[in-house]
Amino acid sequence: MRRKWNRWTFTLAPLYVFTLLFVVGPLLYMVAISFASNKEGYGVIWRFTAENYKKIFDPVYLETFRQSLKLAFTSALSIMLLGYPFGYFMARLNSRWKNRLMLLLLIPFWVNSLIRLYGWIIILQTKGALNGVLLNLGLIEEPLKMLYSYPAVLLGMIYTLLPFMILSVYSSAEKMDWSLVEAARDLGANEIQAFCSVTFKMTLPGLLSGMILTFIPSMGLFFIADILGGNKIVLVGSLIQDQMTRGSNWPFAAALAVALTILTTLIIYLYRRITHVSELEGLY
Amino acid sequence: MRKHKVRLSGIYLGLVLLFIYLPIGFVAVYSFNESSSTAVWKGFSLKWYQALFQDASMAEALKNSLLLGVISCLAAAVIGTMGAMGLIKANARAKGVMEYIATLPIMIPEIILGMVFMAFFAVLRLPFGMATLALAHTAFCVPYILTMVKARLAGMDPALEEAAMDLGASPARTFFDITLPLVTPAVLSGSLLAFAMSLDDVVISIFVNGPKINTLPVKVYTQMKFGVTPEINALCTIMLAITLLALAGYSLIRRVRVFDKKKEV
Repeated sequence: MRRKWNRWTFTLAPLYVFTLLFVVGPLLYMVAISFASNKEGYGVIWRFTAENYKKIFDPVYLETFRQSLKLAFTSALSIMLLGYPFGYFMARLNSRWKNRLMLLLLIPFWVNSLIRLYGWIIILQTKGALNGVLLNLGLIEEPLKMLYSYPAVLLGMIYTLLPFMILSVYSSAEKMDWSLVEAARDLGANEIQAFCSVTFKMTLPGLLSGMILTFIPSMGLFFIADILGGNKIVLVGSLIQDQMTRGSNWPFAAALAVALTILTTLIIYLYRRITHVSELEGLY
Repeated sequence: MRKHKVRLSGIYLGLVLLFIYLPIGFVAVYSFNESSSTAVWKGFSLKWYQALFQDASMAEALKNSLLLGVISCLAAAVIGTMGAMGLIKANARAKGVMEYIATLPIMIPEIILGMVFMAFFAVLRLPFGMATLALAHTAFCVPYILTMVKARLAGMDPALEEAAMDLGASPARTFFDITLPLVTPAVLSGSLLAFAMSLDDVVISIFVNGPKINTLPVKVYTQMKFGVTPEINALCTIMLAITLLALAGYSLIRRVRVFDKKKEV
């Protein structure tokens, strides 16, 4: 049965219109062209084919997915190991220091992320600061080639995405009722037991949402692979960008994007099933 | 024992912050380097700042980025705020689904959003430029504002509005006197976040900017691919300085206000 409209209904109009036109529309169009045929040069021919999806299973492209997933997983895991303690310790500070740290975490967002990555190029280049320090300490004889490698890309990912993990772990640790930990201690649990049975469980939503917030972007951030990896590391994101511009095979790019979307949606769905939380912690 | 622990965690926090600020520090230091190479230090110089201020294309890119950020945030603030009110108060179909779809632009990888917009705008025959950039940026600015305002509204006491109505205020008056002032902080902080995201976006912009318009991140990205000039270091240092000044100004204003309030009491 149709519910009655009230006077607030009209306020939904801009959101509905914009979302339908510029979110639903483009996404549906992407699905549509993923089944179309490629036109040499530019654009698509509207002839149905599943060829684009078959092409993903070409070993070359499967390898890209594998490499991309591996990098995303490694970086999400490293970010977790680095960011979880930070968010946890930060939540235990007094409010004055909490605010200070929050500010320090947010300031870098206002400095262009590309330029921050450029800072790493300065540090890591063959004649750069890190090599200089290592040479002076006598730890190495020859300057190392650190740039344009897998570890450099990994570092770039960790560096760019770390704040998202910290903020989501922090926001769930901040809300936590610490008296529960005390209760566990009073009941005889040692510190590690109390952490595992109370703190860790209570901060799990933040941790998982941090994993998602770092895992998903790291498959698409092609510019990091580009700048710090030369052209050695190819991500799904780089592949899509390449197919859209230089390769100019839009249907294949669309099929890749659909595959990536399905993968992403699956991950978010699993997150919701595990945590029973509908909104990502710390995102806003 | 207790103090010892605090210190250890303090060291950890400090080290991670060092990791976060290290590259920014290097960029800032090398912006004052006489040499055009970042491998050697040849003495203090302001020449890259001079070069930056004389670089018309850089100024153009900065202007484009700021304009784009303002347009998209304004549009997103209207759409997002109205939408959040509707989602809370209206009876309409498919609210949950629409909310989910509206937040998709920040859930799916940026690369997908970028390519999807490029293909879609091409088929609509929209000329690539500021308009396409603004549409794409609005799409990913809306979710930030929508969710923040909605959270604020959900936490609001409905009795406040009811009281105003009971005292004879018209719905419009209630809206402007009660509801709007209460959600303004959420609208502002959502917009600020959205603005920062817009100002930093390279992935989506690169697909929809077209051949004629450069935003700042796109410009920086192309420079980084084809050889960097230390002008970029100077630019970064200026952005950092502006951020710090704005923060200092903000905290100063807040302190003055607190002081004023104390005087009133």
